Amino acid sequence: MSKKNPLLGYALMFGVIALLPALGVYPIFVMKVMCFALFACAFNLLIGFTGLLSFGHAAFFGVAAYAAGHALKVWGLPVPLGIAFGVSCAAVLGLVFGLLAIRRAGIYFAMITLALSQMVFFFFLQAPFTGGEDGLQSVPRGHLLGLDLGNDLVLYEVVVAIFVAAFWLIYRTVHSPFGQVLTAIRENEPRAISLGYDVERFKLLAFVLSAALAGLAGATKTLVLGFATLSDAVWTTSGAVILMTLVGGMGTMVGPMVGALVIVSLESKIGDLGSLLANLTGIQWFQGLGEAVTLVTGLIFILCVLLFRRGIVGEAIALRERLRA
Amino acid sequence: MAELFGVPLPALLGQLLLGLVNGSFYAMLSLGLAVIFGMLNIINFAHGAFYMMGAMLAWMGMEYLGLNYWAMLLLAPLVVGALGVVIERLLLRWLYQLDHLYGLLLTFGITLVAEGLFRSFYGVSGQPFDVPSQLAGATNLGFMFLPNYRAWVVLASLVVCFGVWALIEKTSLGALLRAGTENPRLVQAFGINVPLMVSLTYAGGVALAAFAGVLAAPIIQVSPLMGSQLIITVFAVVVIGGMGSILGAIVTGLGLGVIEGLTKVFYPEASNTVVFVVMAIVLLVRPAGLFGKER
Amino acid sequence: MKLKQIALATLAACGFAGAAQAQISGDVVKIGFLTDMSSVYADIDGSGGVEAIKMAIADMKGMVAGKKIEFIYADHQNKADVASAKAREWFDTQGVDMLIGGTNSGTALAMATVAAEKHKPFIVIGAGSARLTNEACTPYTVHYAYDTVALARGTVNPMVKAGGKSWYFLTADYAFGASLQADATEVIQKAGGKVLGAVKHPLNANDFSSFLLQAQGSGAQILGLANAGGDTINSIKAANEFGITKSMKLAGLLMFINDVHSVGLKAAEGMYVTDSWYWNQTPEAREWSRRFFDKMKRMPSSLQAADYSAVTHYLQAVDKLKTDEGDKVMAQMKAAPVKDFYSAGSIRKEDGRFVHDMFLMQVKSPKESTEPWDYYKVTARIPGDDAFTKLADSKCPLVKK
Repeated sequence: MSKKNPLLGYALMFGVIALLPALGVYPIFVMKVMCFALFACAFNLLIGFTGLLSFGHAAFFGVAAYAAGHALKVWGLPVPLGIAFGVSCAAVLGLVFGLLAIRRAGIYFAMITLALSQMVFFFFLQAPFTGGEDGLQSVPRGHLLGLDLGNDLVLYEVVVAIFVAAFWLIYRTVHSPFGQVLTAIRENEPRAISLGYDVERFKLLAFVLSAALAGLAGATKTLVLGFATLSDAVWTTSGAVILMTLVGGMGTMVGPMVGALVIVSLESKIGDLGSLLANLTGIQWFQGLGEAVTLVTGLIFILCVLLFRRGIVGEAIALRERLRA
Repeated sequence: MAELFGVPLPALLGQLLLGLVNGSFYAMLSLGLAVIFGMLNIINFAHGAFYMMGAMLAWMGMEYLGLNYWAMLLLAPLVVGALGVVIERLLLRWLYQLDHLYGLLLTFGITLVAEGLFRSFYGVSGQPFDVPSQLAGATNLGFMFLPNYRAWVVLASLVVCFGVWALIEKTSLGALLRAGTENPRLVQAFGINVPLMVSLTYAGGVALAAFAGVLAAPIIQVSPLMGSQLIITVFAVVVIGGMGSILGAIVTGLGLGVIEGLTKVFYPEASNTVVFVVMAIVLLVRPAGLFGKER
Repeated sequence: MKLKQIALATLAACGFAGAAQAQISGDVVKIGFLTDMSSVYADIDGSGGVEAIKMAIADMKGMVAGKKIEFIYADHQNKADVASAKAREWFDTQGVDMLIGGTNSGTALAMATVAAEKHKPFIVIGAGSARLTNEACTPYTVHYAYDTVALARGTVNPMVKAGGKSWYFLTADYAFGASLQADATEVIQKAGGKVLGAVKHPLNANDFSSFLLQAQGSGAQILGLANAGGDTINSIKAANEFGITKSMKLAGLLMFINDVHSVGLKAAEGMYVTDSWYWNQTPEAREWSRRFFDKMKRMPSSLQAADYSAVTHYLQAVDKLKTDEGDKVMAQMKAAPVKDFYSAGSIRKEDGRFVHDMFLMQVKSPKESTEPWDYYKVTARIPGDDAFTKLADSKCPLVKK
């Protein structure tokens, strides 16, 4: 199987994604999923391939969302510059977090990232430019290369292009010598050190890259939905991206995307799902499913940790391996 | 009137005392978390949910069974403890050999389920809960009026905290618990039922959370969301103190109460965030927390 | 192999997203309701609001202008991105003709932008931000129940006139808290009172004793609670505990009957609250509220009554015009006055502000309360023109000066 080129599979997948609006799927929903999928892939780079658990990734998502929003709305920058500004802010913040946190390991690393992201959240709460809980609203979509991004379909293909580019970057990183060292660090850090690698530099680099890509997701989300709010930077968003990666499959390339799809759908569609089930089965109780997002999310967490630790994609891969054997 | 940094001295003293009151409460909540991490190596994110269940059960006992506050102070932790045993046997025991992350995620899932369930039955506005009549009223301390109930909270918390600390550090039962964590096979070879010990330890830890919940019920809104507002602060306290250290949790809880109290006077908007600033500083200087040992 | 697995994942994605597709229907008047159903505002609006709207539709016999009325609703969980994306989806794929928004200003502002883009009416019920009819106003937004200006003026004016000259504020460190405090301060100073100080607390603070001690130290007559929900409840509980209620009067600037129910009459007794409606105010209100109580087993809040009133007003406009076209219906809603068990008044043409009377109420003592949920006595009526921002002071760009 490793003889067949996985790139062909990815190309096919992205081809289908690019054509989804033609199949009648609602583009805004898919764009939102893609933004969070990118966020989850960025997070996965850190946890799945480097073995570092960050509890503060919402800080990068949020800072880029606000920075890009501000650049696009208040400074009137063209779209590529606005997004680039957002990404740079996220990368810089990633560098700061990384420098402070890298020397610690395991749960202590995670807690430092949580503490730092809480402080960033507090800053957003106090800063007047964010608009507090009202959020930074009415961010214009503008134009790109002469194309009007106000058109949902045009914006859709642009977002697909951004996603493909980022995914390609992650793929190249993971499959490069740099990526191999990251995997080595994840599997056996003392060994990697003894082999002479400057482990901290590698971890820092991975952290900054992950932060920058999370920032790209945040900036793109602001472009698509037209606002940035405090919920982009709150600690429960950091939790949500951990959940997405866990559900989809840590350490797999496609896993976080699947996880993002599941979680975003859960948030937005559970009411519809409930109505569907109620109509299909005639059991009225399902109607109440729309109010049970918390409950259902909690059950998914529990099930995933106990039974599907490798996530949907991870389990699927393991199943395929077993069937071959 | 003497002043310190622009605040009159009696007012400052009053704030410090209030800080200690809150701190003793933090100490008790963190204690359960520290015990569970120290003994089971599980990061019990569901601690906030058990705290909430303690308060909700207390209300339910008073509302449906006509029991009084004092009865619920004993009963609620017992019920929650029993629930803890069930959860530990059914769900947690599969995770002991795995990375900390999974325990955290599972208990986070438990929190969401608990919150969702209670919320669907009781809504979010909360239930009325009065201060028990024996503890109503306030005492004039000169520089401020301290409600008698708050004095009771401090007393109960400190007694329970030091009781638990003494139990674990100074008695042979405590020694058994500590040995059981470090080398379960050896201790089991001595004929001690280690799995039972582990279950009871988890039950004990969450019972402490429920006890804190009953203590909190008269003074804080009793609602299904009450735990989630507190949990990351308590978490931070445990981390600052050092993740397995009982003494660390107690001292840090008290200390944080005071620091928060001072912040509320000089920069009140930041009073929820100051714990994270402290945590970042402590972890940078002492990687395993104030009293912890790096594992 | 990997290819198959990826393809399967993609197909699953299509199926998932497609499961919620619906036909776009032109022969139906569709109302979409987005509110908080699972978080902090679930009680004051939430599923009670859903029920209220269902009652409004049932009272119209489910038909308007010869077409059927359809109603869909969802939980935005206080997340602006969920609200905005859902609203967009409803307009684009479900043919929703009118959006009605429950609580939370952040989600309301996001939804207002979407509705304006799609030229569909958007009625805001529970969000308090006055920005909706000022800086962020659109020709399609109707701000129905209350805003922070009306609350501040409604509470402060009568209290200052009754002798409460010195104030201290306990304010949530959030935009709505700041605007409540700012609006109230302006009114206090104009009425000849003084604000002796204020303290800002973080949202969902764990303990209020420290802030209340500072309030007590100021020596003010009235403690203004510029916060909401759990924070207000905890403030009241602590104020009772520390005996602050003995020396200061409490004014809840953003309180609902559900909060009073939660904190209990013993603790809230004597407090002043401003609201747009109270279920026990008039015989019509009582009659409607009993119907609501039969379904929900609790009395309605002013927001739930406003949901009913707003939807009825919209449906009446559609019925009159025999069309659900956005611009025409908006014009009709603003032209026709509102007069029902909820309130009487009219929606301002320029900025969409529904101007109606507000009421200052005082919480009864346990002895004065004759039945469950009988919590308030109405002490003052504030005419709409005094309560809400005057057109001349409006910051709405659509208002010509």
